[in-house]
Amino acid sequence: MKNGSARTPGLLDGFVATLRRDLLLAWKRPGDVLNPLFFFAMVCTLFPLATGPSVQQLQFAAPGVLWVAALLAMLLSLNSLFLADHEDGSLEQLLVSPQPLVVLALGKTFAHWLTNGLPLVVLSPLVAVAFRLPGATIQVLMLTLLLGTISLSLIGSIGAALTVGLHRGTALLSLLVLPLAMPVLIFGTRTVSLAAAGDGYAAGVLALAAYALGALSLAPYATAAALRVSNE
Amino acid sequence: MWKWFHQLASPPHFFRLASVLIPWLAWPGYALIAYGTFAGLFVAPPDYQQSDAFRIIYVHVPAAYLSMMAYMIMAIAGGIGLIWRMKLAHAVAASAAPIGASFTFLALASGSVWGRPMWGTWWEWGDPRLMSELLMLFLYIGYMALRSAIDDTTKADKASAVLALVGAVNVPVIHYSVEWWSSLHQGATLIREGGPAMDAAMLYPLLANILGFSLVFGALLLRRVRSEVLRREGRTRWVRELVLAPGDSA
Repeated sequence: MKNGSARTPGLLDGFVATLRRDLLLAWKRPGDVLNPLFFFAMVCTLFPLATGPSVQQLQFAAPGVLWVAALLAMLLSLNSLFLADHEDGSLEQLLVSPQPLVVLALGKTFAHWLTNGLPLVVLSPLVAVAFRLPGATIQVLMLTLLLGTISLSLIGSIGAALTVGLHRGTALLSLLVLPLAMPVLIFGTRTVSLAAAGDGYAAGVLALAAYALGALSLAPYATAAALRVSNE
Repeated sequence: MWKWFHQLASPPHFFRLASVLIPWLAWPGYALIAYGTFAGLFVAPPDYQQSDAFRIIYVHVPAAYLSMMAYMIMAIAGGIGLIWRMKLAHAVAASAAPIGASFTFLALASGSVWGRPMWGTWWEWGDPRLMSELLMLFLYIGYMALRSAIDDTTKADKASAVLALVGAVNVPVIHYSVEWWSSLHQGATLIREGGPAMDAAMLYPLLANILGFSLVFGALLLRRVRSEVLRREGRTRWVRELVLAPGDSA
């Protein structure tokens, strides 16, 4: 945080400080950011290997494959969202800080999306081209992933906050988050499939946007409550 | 009103109340189920389209209804426990989960058995109701897994209450997303169960079974809450007195 300012730090300062700290940490430990991306690419490679290289089949399966891989990659990275902070005690500092925990949790979640969700969106066209998706469909895919990963980060942060500090946390996190993430997956894949088939897909994009907005307004409160419970 | 609320929150008071209520819920429930099942299986006429296969609704519909109901009870009880720090509410939420999961499983199993003659398959991926129920089961599994992963009861109560509330907000979204998903999939909603115009001879046994299942659910829930309260209050004096009291079959 900046020193020497006379005014008391406001809400935005807390948000920005958390965000900057987490981005800096991610910069210093690039493996945390890169591993889920490699995981995403590898899962996407599994499907052609498992089902055979037929172009038609791959094109048909591509939206589902990319979305499932993205969902799993997000899950993988969520595990470490609060873990390091829990282990070195800085999570408790967040809890006792005078800033509202909701804002700080939102800052951490936003940092998670910037370091894990956004890179997936950027990487997805590469994989989509390999799956022979046409350019227009790739744009829709990126749009759905952009909106969807926001929701996944937010919902996942609740699960990560609930399971932080538990043994067997990773498997449990998946059990908690996957059912909650199903609507995002459904909206995401169907929208891309509709676009690929040349049908109207606006409804799916709007649904994804609505879900992201709803998650943005509600999830941080649940995350904050869960963090308090986990650190009692 | 508030006095009543506080009295209810006191474990010994609740324990006595539950012990009185359980037979009053259970026996009418069993009677209604006996009537509903008998009338449904033998008295009600066969459906003109589905013939005798429709009779599974006498189990399926109450089970599906209770699977939703139990989740609502779980979430509301969790919310009450979080907001008013009422320990008893957490005990209710903890007890409702396994019962609700069982009813969800029963609804899925009976739906699948019904689907075999109707759709020619044990599992129809395109049916939104089956998918919603399956996701419901996953929500229950997540809830129970979280509960069992946390050793400290107070912490487990609060964490699972947060999860139940998040899940409750998500349930309608899940439902509509699945409906949207299947509507694009070609019409899998072949036959709507019963339909709007249902013969009275078919309807009354169904209503009896729904009410009967609900009453038995209430009795089961109270039984579970009662033992949950005993487990949680094991170190208190009233439990020791209750257990050591001679001649009492509680």
